[in-house]
Amino acid sequence: MNMKKQAAVASALVLIASGAMADEIRVLNWQGYGTDQEFALAPFTEATGHTVVHDYFNSEQEMLTKLRTNPGAYDVVLINAAFFPDVLAEDLLQPIDTSKVANFADVAPDFAANDSLNVDGSLYGVPWTWGLTSIAINSSTISETPSSINVMWDEAHKGRVSIRDDAVEAVQLAALATGQNINDIQDMDAVEAKLGALMPQIRTFWGSENDWNQFMAAGELDVASYWSGSAERSAASGLPVQFVVPDEGAIGWLDGLAVPASSENVDAAHAFINWMIDPAFYSEWNANGAPASANAAAAAALPEDAFNRKVLGDPEVAARVQFMEPVSEENREAYLEMWQALKAAQ
Amino acid sequence: MANILSQDTRRAAGLLTPAYLWLTVAIFLPLAAMLYFSFLSDVPFGPEADWYYTSENYRAFFETGTYASLLWKSIKLGLTVTVICVLLGFPCALVLAKVIQGRSREALFLLIILPFWSNSLVRIFSWAIVLRGNGVLELAVNWVLPFDIRLGLMFTPTAVVIGLVHSYLPYVILTSYLALQAIDNSLIEAARSMGAKRLTILWRIILPLSMPGLLAGAVLIFVPVVGSFMEPRILGGRFGTYYGTVIEDQFTAVFNWPLGAALSFILLAVVLVILALSSPILRNART
Repeated sequence: MNMKKQAAVASALVLIASGAMADEIRVLNWQGYGTDQEFALAPFTEATGHTVVHDYFNSEQEMLTKLRTNPGAYDVVLINAAFFPDVLAEDLLQPIDTSKVANFADVAPDFAANDSLNVDGSLYGVPWTWGLTSIAINSSTISETPSSINVMWDEAHKGRVSIRDDAVEAVQLAALATGQNINDIQDMDAVEAKLGALMPQIRTFWGSENDWNQFMAAGELDVASYWSGSAERSAASGLPVQFVVPDEGAIGWLDGLAVPASSENVDAAHAFINWMIDPAFYSEWNANGAPASANAAAAAALPEDAFNRKVLGDPEVAARVQFMEPVSEENREAYLEMWQALKAAQ
Repeated sequence: MANILSQDTRRAAGLLTPAYLWLTVAIFLPLAAMLYFSFLSDVPFGPEADWYYTSENYRAFFETGTYASLLWKSIKLGLTVTVICVLLGFPCALVLAKVIQGRSREALFLLIILPFWSNSLVRIFSWAIVLRGNGVLELAVNWVLPFDIRLGLMFTPTAVVIGLVHSYLPYVILTSYLALQAIDNSLIEAARSMGAKRLTILWRIILPLSMPGLLAGAVLIFVPVVGSFMEPRILGGRFGTYYGTVIEDQFTAVFNWPLGAALSFILLAVVLVILALSSPILRNART
């Protein structure tokens, strides 16, 4: 046996051995949303040997499309609690083995018991973060912090408003502005009229956090719908952004980390989820702008003046939040049809 | 005699096979798959896919006025962009083909084709940087003019037209240039020697003879612009909803591939009808 052959066999053995210990896990998430933070991934790879690759989506439907059409392609996926029923209806997830997620014990009991994440006694998503969808203002053009969501309808900001190009979010914001329950909208005509009145105010629609930051940096906007964690991140990056929880309330959401049924790296996926709900990771993430953590220990470890502790931890604010529940297929279609017709009429 | 014929046929078949194979694999198979999708109730993916055959996706087009009005909006956009491209591109091609000679023509030609070498998304984002508030264009205008000017072009239908014209202008220049170059200069000289004015020469000789190239360029522009989605989405802001963006939404945002496919085939049918209706004009232009 010559040297070359021996070397080849030896390196092949090394490859097989390292493959067994260290997996490459593929994560599906919004871009720039925690799991792809450089500071977290390098220590994770060092500690566990697993490497992490990311793929991104720009809407929950795109996430669902990717899960459906690429079985086996993902090991960890971020899913909004309101979308778990859609994903579970197609058997796309496997139950979480909480014994492999040591930090699960610290997750706030309310979130851990969330109806959308738990089906037939099994947990399908580890509550990771929560936050609000509300409005953020450009503090360099609006000097006085508004107290009402109707600032978006204010003539003074005509042509300098943006909302996300998403039917459900648009309808729920209009429901808030018309004083309705976002999960049980009674007066759809009022919502439609309200959105129709919003259209002339709008400069453009935003699709991703990156879009939002670009429009704000270019000075195109005064006020826009936004997510609490993203607003923190934008402010941390130096943009003049202030997140507002108006008197009418805000839309609350909970994001969970789940393991697709087709994942082959289940252990590595659980290890990654455990890493992601770790208070140490969260403290560092929060310093760069993060949504609120679902992990009670992580939330308690924040500094007193942190937005996620001071504002979201305030019972008076919490009382105004309406948590988003799953939207039925008929309602979603009705919202989409209305939203498309409104956009087409421009 | 028969032997020669069959030999010719065989040779023709041999030469044509790669082209037809390519057409089949690259165009007809994907189109057939999409046509099939357009008659399903849901996409047949996933372990628990539940679907049946239906024509409801095509009926959806007629049930609300939304899609039809968007299609009309897109056709108007296509016409606007085509007309502007022809008005700008034909004179350029005329100057290139008949006025400029030698090396400078090559250099100019290169400048026209150059944008084609960059990715279209990059071109559109560049336009976004130029057009947006406080962007390159506004800064330049304000630098030249003494008073403050707000152009406010970004996120308007005008911005969409600017971006599309820039993307598709080279098509009409290239096709017109080829047609114009084929015109024998002695024809123009003959007309001139008989006292024809410049405009008469243009109207009676150059334009009719180059019409096939001009129309080919116009068709090449009109068809993709009617279905365009990327340019309106980035440059159009709240006005940026067109037929193409709605089709894109069906595929990427709301995961209704069957409806997206049905809307695409309706677009294809409408474009074919428009081309068929204008074919007598096209044929007249050729003779």
